[in-house]
Amino acid sequence: MSLATYNGAGLRRDPGFLRRMWAMVVKEFVQMRRDRMTFATMIMVPVLQLVLFGYAINTDPKHMPTAVLTRDDGPLTRAVLTAMKNTDYFDFRQQVHDPDELDRLIRSGTVQFAIEIPASFERDVRRGDRPSILVIADATDPVATGTAIAAVQGVIDTALRRELRGPDAAVAATPAPFQITLQRRYNPEGITQYNIVPGLLGVVLTMTMMMFTALAVTREIERGTMESLLSMPIKPVEIMIGKIAPFVLIGLVQMTIILLAAHYLFGVPILGSVPLLITLSTLFAASNLAVGYTFSTVAQNQLQAVQMTFFFFLPNFLLSGFAFPFRGMPQWAQWIGEVLPLTHFIRIVRGIALKGNGFADMQVDVLALFIFMIVAMGLALLRFRRTLD
Amino acid sequence: MTEIAIEVEGLTKSFDGRIVVRDLSLKVPKGEIYGFLGPNGSGKTTTIRMLCGLLTPDSGRGTCLGYDILTQSDEIKREVGYMTQRFSLYEDLSIRENLEFVARVYGVPNPRAAAREAIQRLGLSGRANQLAGELSGGWKQRLALGACILPSPRLLLLDEPTAGVDPKARREFWEEIHRLAAEGITVLVSTHYMDEAERCHEIAYIAFGELLARGTANEVIAQSGLSTWVVSGPDLQHLAEELHKRKGVDMVAPFGTELHVSGRDKRALNAVIAEAKKADGAHHWTRGQPSLEDVFILLMSNAKDNYA
Ligand SMILES: Nc1ncnc2c1ncn2[C@@H]1O[C@H](COP(=O)(O)OP(=O)(O)OP(=O)(O)O)[C@@H](O)[C@H]1O
Ligand SMILES: [Mg+2]
Repeated sequence: MSLATYNGAGLRRDPGFLRRMWAMVVKEFVQMRRDRMTFATMIMVPVLQLVLFGYAINTDPKHMPTAVLTRDDGPLTRAVLTAMKNTDYFDFRQQVHDPDELDRLIRSGTVQFAIEIPASFERDVRRGDRPSILVIADATDPVATGTAIAAVQGVIDTALRRELRGPDAAVAATPAPFQITLQRRYNPEGITQYNIVPGLLGVVLTMTMMMFTALAVTREIERGTMESLLSMPIKPVEIMIGKIAPFVLIGLVQMTIILLAAHYLFGVPILGSVPLLITLSTLFAASNLAVGYTFSTVAQNQLQAVQMTFFFFLPNFLLSGFAFPFRGMPQWAQWIGEVLPLTHFIRIVRGIALKGNGFADMQVDVLALFIFMIVAMGLALLRFRRTLD
Repeated sequence: MTEIAIEVEGLTKSFDGRIVVRDLSLKVPKGEIYGFLGPNGSGKTTTIRMLCGLLTPDSGRGTCLGYDILTQSDEIKREVGYMTQRFSLYEDLSIRENLEFVARVYGVPNPRAAAREAIQRLGLSGRANQLAGELSGGWKQRLALGACILPSPRLLLLDEPTAGVDPKARREFWEEIHRLAAEGITVLVSTHYMDEAERCHEIAYIAFGELLARGTANEVIAQSGLSTWVVSGPDLQHLAEELHKRKGVDMVAPFGTELHVSGRDKRALNAVIAEAKKADGAHHWTRGQPSLEDVFILLMSNAKDNYA
């Protein structure tokens, strides 16, 4: 201590509100500057949000994958298909040959629309028999299919009128030379809750599970308990599983609450097997726990870990098809979406609840979740430092 | 031939290019209490961490309980109890829960019974359900020691186990350590207390990462070649300042109402003292025995400070 301090009470007078506050401000800035990662996130989060909201999200999705079953391939049929394609809503990906195949594609979510043109369509139209075109929409997400469905009727009309000139003009003049049978599958009344509530299960699990484990390792390091732990004969994989397992149980409790609420409060149907749904939700919870754990092996402190989970949560929320139609996003955003666990889980949970899907319909998504979990755990084990170096 | 518990050679460790432990060699026989001394930042904690596999040495090699410190840290961890300098058990667990956790990790057959036994042994019976974070500093240290010895290790590495512990508890602590050593457990203990150093079978002194002296307390004192005079009388502060300037006097240290005047060159020191005696008769001079502290302070002031 310098002598000056003792020179008199006058030197140690009350520094006042502003100075004390300023002392705090200076300290906080110094600490903020030490933590580069926090600094980076403060810049990155707004940028990420701008990009995702600005470019990736589109509530009027176009170019939706569509399967076609044509039992008639006359010029009229071709005209109908071309007209549909010209709306930009439909993207004909698959030509199939039997109705079962059509069902399977819709159920597995491979296509959003399926169109069946009946046999002798052309002849029936020209005869004035008003044949029926079947348009099946996967209406799980009413937002995704709404505008496309509205566009269908008019477009087919104009296509037919252009094609039916000359001797058949009389037919074209009648109000409707054909009919459209529209099947809004899985959510015929277009109830938004049916779509949102099951997805919510995934969102809640993502957010909470990741947050739990993201602090797991950083907390031990920050509190100094890591030094003891590392000096004990326990292996990284044992630490990891020991830290993840309890939260799987918490996840199960959350699932039960959400599923009960979904069913009894919002009337969401659960057509498929509940045990299957619970099993796959547990797998999903475990993959998120693994991701959180990986973050905690990378983060230097708890604040960073929380920021990482938020950073990861944002694209999950926006690009998974939960909040906005998956098919409405540009290709690059869909690719990002494909590597996010929530995307696959949303498909699984909507599939089981609304479509009554079984395991066979969702193999790809289940595999994706599984791979995700294994990769996250592998990374965590690689990143886990067994020494204090 | 005695069995060796720790034998390391040429351990070197640096952080961010700064050497913190330099070419350190140690040999600790089984069943011995080995004191590890040195000023703050001299590399004691770093060395202990290298011994139990928590830090990887940049170079050097050696064994701990016969296991290679570089490749067999899993085996070492099973048989070593490491008590960290900073309390590192779970503050949000109770004493009992902490001990049960330790017992389970080490695979102790009946963790509950083992924890109960340890609680009794530590004299913590009334506090078994108290959160570790709520314990006073000294009690935390006792708990930490209890956790260390619970899995019956063959080697204890104790990093300043008695920092902040009251004298009575400290004595009990050392009685416990001697009991353990008698059972054949080897103890490496770092400390800043001289009385504790004297309770060790052997000590090593390290400063600025380098081992400067080792042996029994008496050997270390003898090796230093230091001789000491004890002075008492009026105005010791002034006398100390005077003596400090003289050649042959390496160290002048006040001890209560006395002054310890020491030097490595016995002849030169005696000459200075004789002269001082003649110059003023007010002081009383007696030949003294250099203490360990005198020796350590001398060693430290001679060691080159690689941060300076
Ligand atoms: N993880 C680390 N990163 C950088 N420097 C470190 C690290 N750990 C220790 N050091 C440095 O190594 C030197 C030795 O530290 P160490 O903790 O081994 O000293 P010590 O002898 O235990 O001191 P004390 O008596 O104060 O406990 C110190 O200068 C310290 O700053
Ligand atoms: Mg230390």
